[in-house]
Amino acid sequence: MNNNLQIAPDGSLRHLLSTEGLPAEMIRRILDTADQFVSVSERDVKKVPLLRGKSVFNVFFEGSTRTRTTFEIAAKRLSADVINLNVAVSSTSKGETLLDTVYNLQAMDADMFVVRHSQSGAPHLIARHVKPGVAVINAGDGRHAHPTQGLLDMYTIRHYKKDFSGLTVAIVGDILHSRVARSQIHALKTLGVPDLRVIGPRTLIPAEVERLGVRVFHDMAQGIKGCDVVVMLRLQNERMNGALLPSACEFFKCYGLTADKLALAKRDAIVMHPGPMNRGVEIDSPVADGPQSVIMPQVTFGIAVRMAVMSMLGSP
Amino acid sequence: MRIEIRGARVLDPASKRDKEGSIFIAEGKIAALDNAPDGFLVDETIDARGLSAIPGLVDLSARLREPGFEYKATLESEMRAAAAGGITTLACPPDTDPPLDEPGLVEMLTRRASGLGARVHPLGALTVGLKGEKLAEMALLADAGCKGFSQGNAALPGTAMLWNAFKYAATFGFTVWLRPQDAQLSANGVAHDGEVATRLGLAPIPVIAETIALRTIVEIMSATGARVHLARLSSAAAVRLVQEAKSRGAALTCDVGVHHLHLCDRDIGDFNANCNLTPPLRDPSDRDSLRRALAEGVIDAVCSDHTPVDDDAKQVPFAEAETGATALELLLPLTLQWGKEAGLKPVEALAGVTHRAAKILGVPAGTLAVGASADICLYDPASPWIVQPAALASQGKNTPFQGLELTGRVMRTIVGGRTVHVA
Repeated sequence: MNNNLQIAPDGSLRHLLSTEGLPAEMIRRILDTADQFVSVSERDVKKVPLLRGKSVFNVFFEGSTRTRTTFEIAAKRLSADVINLNVAVSSTSKGETLLDTVYNLQAMDADMFVVRHSQSGAPHLIARHVKPGVAVINAGDGRHAHPTQGLLDMYTIRHYKKDFSGLTVAIVGDILHSRVARSQIHALKTLGVPDLRVIGPRTLIPAEVERLGVRVFHDMAQGIKGCDVVVMLRLQNERMNGALLPSACEFFKCYGLTADKLALAKRDAIVMHPGPMNRGVEIDSPVADGPQSVIMPQVTFGIAVRMAVMSMLGSP
Repeated sequence: MRIEIRGARVLDPASKRDKEGSIFIAEGKIAALDNAPDGFLVDETIDARGLSAIPGLVDLSARLREPGFEYKATLESEMRAAAAGGITTLACPPDTDPPLDEPGLVEMLTRRASGLGARVHPLGALTVGLKGEKLAEMALLADAGCKGFSQGNAALPGTAMLWNAFKYAATFGFTVWLRPQDAQLSANGVAHDGEVATRLGLAPIPVIAETIALRTIVEIMSATGARVHLARLSSAAAVRLVQEAKSRGAALTCDVGVHHLHLCDRDIGDFNANCNLTPPLRDPSDRDSLRRALAEGVIDAVCSDHTPVDDDAKQVPFAEAETGATALELLLPLTLQWGKEAGLKPVEALAGVTHRAAKILGVPAGTLAVGASADICLYDPASPWIVQPAALASQGKNTPFQGLELTGRVMRTIVGGRTVHVA
């Protein structure tokens, strides 16, 4: 769906807006490139000059500390100049349109925009209007996509499981509002995962999600059975106001990942979470900190994957 | 002024006439077809060989954007667009700023529009400010020229208010025009609750938002005896409910927007804000059902639902974009195209934009019968043209049909015997 906008005619990456429409070859290239950057991050001097002289603008229309920080670290390790802007949504509603904000920043000679926005599709709009040569990375838009998170999750799964072609993967929790889940689903399907499941109550499963190639489970025990990978999603606090879920406590009982439930997955199953975690809501502490958890490596790999994406976009 | 339109294929959906002939016009009315009345001296002959002559179109929903939204479009620009689209009668919804809830506003709008081409029939607000709290002055608004009462695209009032509004409208025999959509079930929603909304992460508007509102309207209608016109159906389930209600004899009519005959949620693609419409584009199966229902007459009319939106209101993330599209100049070719694809002759396909629409609006229009106003559209049924937004007369350039090749170019539009548009 996003082919034309994010893939250049010569097949190179033009923008990164969604994992949907990224060819498997492109995903592998990003993960392979990330492999090289993992070693950079392990060195004493954690810097390479690939983006020297380039300006990366982190433009966050929606609050975020962690994602913005990881992008900032990634850009700095590539020697780019990084400018962080927290554009409160209120300031745009005071008059300046999203595109005006972008045009103004572009006039300051930005080479790359890392954009987070509460509205699905905002990065697409920006990508359609930036000058040639200016790249856009979607750092999360509404419920739509969070492609670098999806890619770092692919990196993590590949690191531990090597091959996607025999895997059973379950994504658990608030699928409805999750851009992370959507980005994971598209990438996992593209990479050939044969058994992809989503697990959650009907209030948190979006319509016709089966058409994205997943199997829907409402029973956690059934859904998690035999899984190689269990991805827990963050349950936003505002979802617990009673309209979609009665309480965090009940959610934890039905869909929280405990050691007992994890025992139903394969013995060597890994547990992932995009963070930040709600301990005792979607995941029990012994599991989050246990031997099967790869949540911290996810964060580390996230830097390398974002470096990979930025380097591919910034040094043609 | 006596005019002969000569050599056209004369199509009149009301009488199902479909043959070549002449139209004779005198004193703004159709004086005769085929043979000149005795002693008819022609002042002007319009050579219409190769063209089709049809009644000027009757559009049940066109936003002219006055008062209040003159930066999006002006009466002058949109009346030019109507003329260029072969539209000679149109109803405009009351969702202006301020809404059409005062007789003075309606009189001003009607007066400003007179002489600019099409005959403009404003719909009055059903409730003050379209807020769903207080009844608007329906009788006074009717005196000022309102042909029906509507909430436009504003939220449907709650059931208690709706019940009263229906009773009050029924007192005077007024028709209530409503778009069936439950306010709570559609709150914040921007797209059909299906695969596309799921993929794109857009907040959904489920089909039940339409069917629950529709059932409520039909229920209150039968309890009050009010006459209702349902505006802009969007789903197969709504079509089935209308069919059931009609088969029970309900005094119910309905229409569909022309976009919904051709597009579905898949057309949103990568967040194409021109496909952000009210109601939302739904599943391909819904679109197909709407197409069949119009062909079978379950849906009575098709309208442009013309809504000129300025670029600034569309060049924003999808969910923030103002809904609607420009369509006055596309209504005829898109209706013809639907008819062709549905296996209908043009004279059949055009019923929903001519006499059937006029009947809903309650005006003597949409026909070429002798004695009717000479409101006529001449179009070229053969040569194709490509939709180029910049070439549209409307100030609204936003259309999902940009670049599409269509046939049915309007060559001349006549209102009351006066030519208001020549291509």
